[in-house]
Amino acid sequence: MTRGQRLSAWLLLAALAAPLALAGEIPRDQRRSGADFMAPETRAMQADDTANPAMLWVLEGDALWREPAGAAGQSCADCHGDTAESMRGVAARHPAFDEASGRPIDLQGRINQCRAERQSAEPFPPEDDRLLALTAYVARQSLGLPADPPDDPRLVPFQENGRHLFERRIGQLNLSCADCHDDHWGGRLGGAPIPQAHPTGYPLYRLEWQTLGSLQRRLRNCMTGVRAETPSFGAPDFVDLELYLMRRAEGLPLEAPGVRP
Amino acid sequence: MTDRNAFALGRRGVLAAGAAQILVLALPRVALARPTLEEAVRAFTGGTEVQAGGVRLDIPPLVENGNAVGVTVAVDSPMTPDDHVRRIALFNQSNPQPEVAVFRMGPRAGRAQVATRIRLATSQTVMAVAELSDGSFWSSQAKVIVTLAACIEDLS
Amino acid sequence: MRSLVNAPKTARQGEIIEIKAMVAHPMETGYRTDAKGAPIPRNIVNRFTCTYDGEEIFSADFFPAISANPFLSFTTVATASGPITFTWTADDGATQTATVEITVT
Ligand code: HEC
Ligand code: HEC
Repeated sequence: MTRGQRLSAWLLLAALAAPLALAGEIPRDQRRSGADFMAPETRAMQADDTANPAMLWVLEGDALWREPAGAAGQSCADCHGDTAESMRGVAARHPAFDEASGRPIDLQGRINQCRAERQSAEPFPPEDDRLLALTAYVARQSLGLPADPPDDPRLVPFQENGRHLFERRIGQLNLSCADCHDDHWGGRLGGAPIPQAHPTGYPLYRLEWQTLGSLQRRLRNCMTGVRAETPSFGAPDFVDLELYLMRRAEGLPLEAPGVRP
Repeated sequence: MTDRNAFALGRRGVLAAGAAQILVLALPRVALARPTLEEAVRAFTGGTEVQAGGVRLDIPPLVENGNAVGVTVAVDSPMTPDDHVRRIALFNQSNPQPEVAVFRMGPRAGRAQVATRIRLATSQTVMAVAELSDGSFWSSQAKVIVTLAACIEDLS
Repeated sequence: MRSLVNAPKTARQGEIIEIKAMVAHPMETGYRTDAKGAPIPRNIVNRFTCTYDGEEIFSADFFPAISANPFLSFTTVATASGPITFTWTADDGATQTATVEITVT
């Protein structure tokens, strides 16, 4: 598909989606991982730890976990010990409410918070390979556990904002996330199948990127796709959207670090 | 001494690269000047004739993304000191450069089989050529259709 | 750079074993330009070798068409207990080595 054809595919979908009433949220028993929509070869790449390129970052994360950093000279391991115990399930319940800021915080944000406040080290910039490596390593400890967003009443307004962002039409193509991911999942956009937009595989290795990337990077791609402005990395709206996506995915097994085309 | 960390995952912020993240291999000017697939194969064989067959080239006919296409090449060979595969080369028709990889092996491989992942800039033909210990060359080729991901970083 | 190699820890004498090897590297093709239009210089892993039981048993020359974070799978006959050593070399001279120990019975 050429660039021009790709754009016309989006426009076609814009035309198609516009008159439809919102079909609404995907019922629990119909929720499917993005991996289900991939070619068998890509699925096999994700399933085989010796072939999944994201495992290179997990390995790097394992080394960073034990490496002292910052003025405090402490490693993550000094405080948290064995990840298999201390980090099990942590990715499945993030974003979570952060007392300090009075807002939800996602897993990467939490890791950077520990880095800044407990290690007294410079926080990692967005999409830094070290941050992705640590996040992938921590998320990996929740492999197979169901997405389990916290039932914390303080999160509700932020989750509702996330839902609003998901259902709001944006960009030159005037499409909402829901137009594609609630109402047209399973359909195709040019050559690509439209998945349900679950966050359960992140951070993941996207073949298109040729590297590991965060969920926020992925969301930015979809926003660029509809030719909308993208919030900057770490923007509160992004975390609210992540929170809503996690709620939408409740019950689906975590599969980070995944592989996607 | 090897520098164990020399290739450490890049520390740059990926996004700074912005426009540089676009399609990797498409540069028409370079593509025009490149040797043909046939010329590249001739350079590999030294002009010896290549016979079709004997080589199994496993590659999906339709791929979701050309940045990492799994390929397996296998040659039906006993892999004995007297009768084995010496080299297997992979070529493409339409990337900026026709060569993909050259693998060297011998009887100690036990089996003449190798797998890797390759980049395909566009839909095209991929060719595997094997050099046997008797100096003969055998080949197989396959057509691959490459689709592109829908949501990428640069759509313009 | 990190590498991830996989081979069986034990094997019977004469058994054909499968080896998988992956290394973290962007495989910069030399065909891309940066945001300002300036060419990004090529830097790829151009060579891989595998040594076992006193000999180079497998090697590869890579071109820019090998994917980022190069992956390889190949086979060898288990001949003796000892190290299997993997080496990757990039255009900029950087090298990476990894070793796995195999016990052959
Ligand atoms: C025009 C249709 C369309 C719209 C609108 C859209 N997306 Fe997507 N989205 C896709 C397609 C198609 C993919 C599959 C990726 C690919 O191959 O390019 C995708 C992938 C995703 C994924 C990755 C899922 C996985 O399994 O890894 C997430 C998350 C996502 N979208 C979220 C969003 C959000 C949030 C919005 C709104 C800001 C949005 N999308 C808007 C079409 C759309
Ligand atoms: C000086 C000790 C210390 C260091 C060093 C430290 N942390 Fe923490 N971390 C904590 C404490 C204490 C908490 C609990 C904070 C809370 O519950 O509000 C925590 C919480 C977390 C959480 C959330 C856990 C949960 O159950 O929700 C994650 C993830 C985390 N840390 C990751 C890291 C990583 C990765 C590093 C290294 C980069 C690191 N931490 C370094 C003390 C530390």
